[in-house]
Amino acid sequence: MKTVLWILIAILIVAHQDFWNWNDGTLVLGFIPIGLAYHMGISLGAGIVWFLMVNLAWPKQLDEVESEESTEVSS
Amino acid sequence: MNPGQIRLAIIATYLLLLLGLGFIASRSFSGTKKDYLLASHSIGPFLLLMSVFGTTMTAFALVGSTGEAFKEGIGVYGMLASSSGIIHSLCFFVIGVKIYSFGRKYGYTTQIQFFRDRLESDLIGVLLFPILVGLVIPYLLIGVMASGTVIQAMTAGAFPDWSSFAALKPDGTPSPMHGGVPTWLGSAAICVVVLIYVFFGGMRGTAWANAFQTIVFMVLGIVTFVSLANKIGGQETFVESLKAASSQVAESHTTRSEMSTSKFLTYMLIPLSVGMFPHLFQHWLTAKSARSFKLSVVCHPLFIMIVWAPCVLIGIWATTQNIPPVVSANGVLAFLVKSKLSTWLAGLLTAGILAAIMSSLDSQFLCVGSMFTNDIVEHYIGKERLSDTAQVWIARAFVILIVAVTYWLSLKGYKSVFTLGVWCFSGFASLFPLVFAALYWRKLTAAGALSAVLAMVGSWLYLFRDSGWGADTKYVINVGGFEIMPVVAIFMCTLVAMVATSLMTSPPSEKTLAKFFGS
Repeated sequence: MKTVLWILIAILIVAHQDFWNWNDGTLVLGFIPIGLAYHMGISLGAGIVWFLMVNLAWPKQLDEVESEESTEVSS
Repeated sequence: MNPGQIRLAIIATYLLLLLGLGFIASRSFSGTKKDYLLASHSIGPFLLLMSVFGTTMTAFALVGSTGEAFKEGIGVYGMLASSSGIIHSLCFFVIGVKIYSFGRKYGYTTQIQFFRDRLESDLIGVLLFPILVGLVIPYLLIGVMASGTVIQAMTAGAFPDWSSFAALKPDGTPSPMHGGVPTWLGSAAICVVVLIYVFFGGMRGTAWANAFQTIVFMVLGIVTFVSLANKIGGQETFVESLKAASSQVAESHTTRSEMSTSKFLTYMLIPLSVGMFPHLFQHWLTAKSARSFKLSVVCHPLFIMIVWAPCVLIGIWATTQNIPPVVSANGVLAFLVKSKLSTWLAGLLTAGILAAIMSSLDSQFLCVGSMFTNDIVEHYIGKERLSDTAQVWIARAFVILIVAVTYWLSLKGYKSVFTLGVWCFSGFASLFPLVFAALYWRKLTAAGALSAVLAMVGSWLYLFRDSGWGADTKYVINVGGFEIMPVVAIFMCTLVAMVATSLMTSPPSEKTLAKFFGS
């Protein structure tokens, strides 16, 4: 699952380079230029993928960290 | 009261509210250094989300995004906002959570403590301290200078007869800023307010103030968007007004026809800077638990969209509104609000813009104080020789010194400060390989880290000089006809130097590697 989620992040990064929308001035819903609407979709997609990531691939061992503060800081 | 005075009264009321919040936060201060610098690791998910988001969003989020969209069109959203949505959360997840766990386990407050420990090297701290502080100061300057400019623009006409508030053109006639609070006074007021709540409230005051200010600028941003859409569109319903406003915008601004695809691609490296921001490092360590990061990782891209998308639409609509040539791109939002909306709403939006500025300034001031106390004073004098109270006062004294230096530099009126900001981001972003390798690559050596930092500084200085020390605001590197952002070259130099040197030198001891990677 973790690998699938990292592939989704990679897809988001690749999909961010939407050269096919570069010269398209279509207005989505009559007021949002398609290049802007597409990138708002990328933002929503990022929120969804990160939601899946923190729920399905969270490094649970880090939740158990006990504080041993200052004792091992080199000075 | 005239409109300028009403707007000034709203700004003053907002600043007083912030001071009150700082006072309340200071009553929870336990007096220890850990409480002052890290709020005793007490910040839960919501407060962490709001304070980290507020810290990463500067004046650029409201004023700059509108101005850039006014100049360049909708491409600015993809270049700066949606890319940040992916990359910032990536940094929180991959860097922030891990740094937090080591910070809690081994008692770090600053990045330099972590690097010294991880690499068994004192020298890396000596090298990084001036570089990190040097890269933060121009970032601070942007906020201090922008706050003075915003206050003057929005209070223009408040006191036209006061000679000290006069702003005249070369021919002696009043400029559009005439009668407004002068920039030196506005910047000073913002510095003093931020200084007071950081001084007394420490990190807890900063986190509370950031959360409050983030809510303020998000809510006021949306209110401004709805009000301006109705005014610019001028139709009976909100949706009809949105359609009418967008229908008049030229294709150059509804597409990216005038934007370089390679520049758009290479801008993607800039948001990696959050992985090395010292003030974010400190915010991460305030978290109550690693789980507190989850909300920030998920909501950060959505919050960026909520703030940026309306501003970008306002920016492209502004191209249809006969903006006078005297108004700069960064002044477009203020001009529209002043000319189209009520005095009260204009005053409230000014408070929102100042909120965005101050929510970054406070964390940066505090982190510089932390670095001096921990990485210089405590490291070289020894913490056993200084009481907790003494260290808190040293941090406060250094914060005052940095505020004074930044304010003094702001009076110099450095014109290319916004360009300098992008160069600083490029410097931080190019150090990303270093923090990533420190967390995930066992073979990273102290020599490799030192080479990386020197390669970053060397290539950064070379390219910065080539740009005329920032004078060429559109500076890019041309590779085979493709425009590439300088950050790519600096990043690659850092990466190659780090990997090559690390492979040729010995890694830290097995004991240290076991401490960070397990056996």
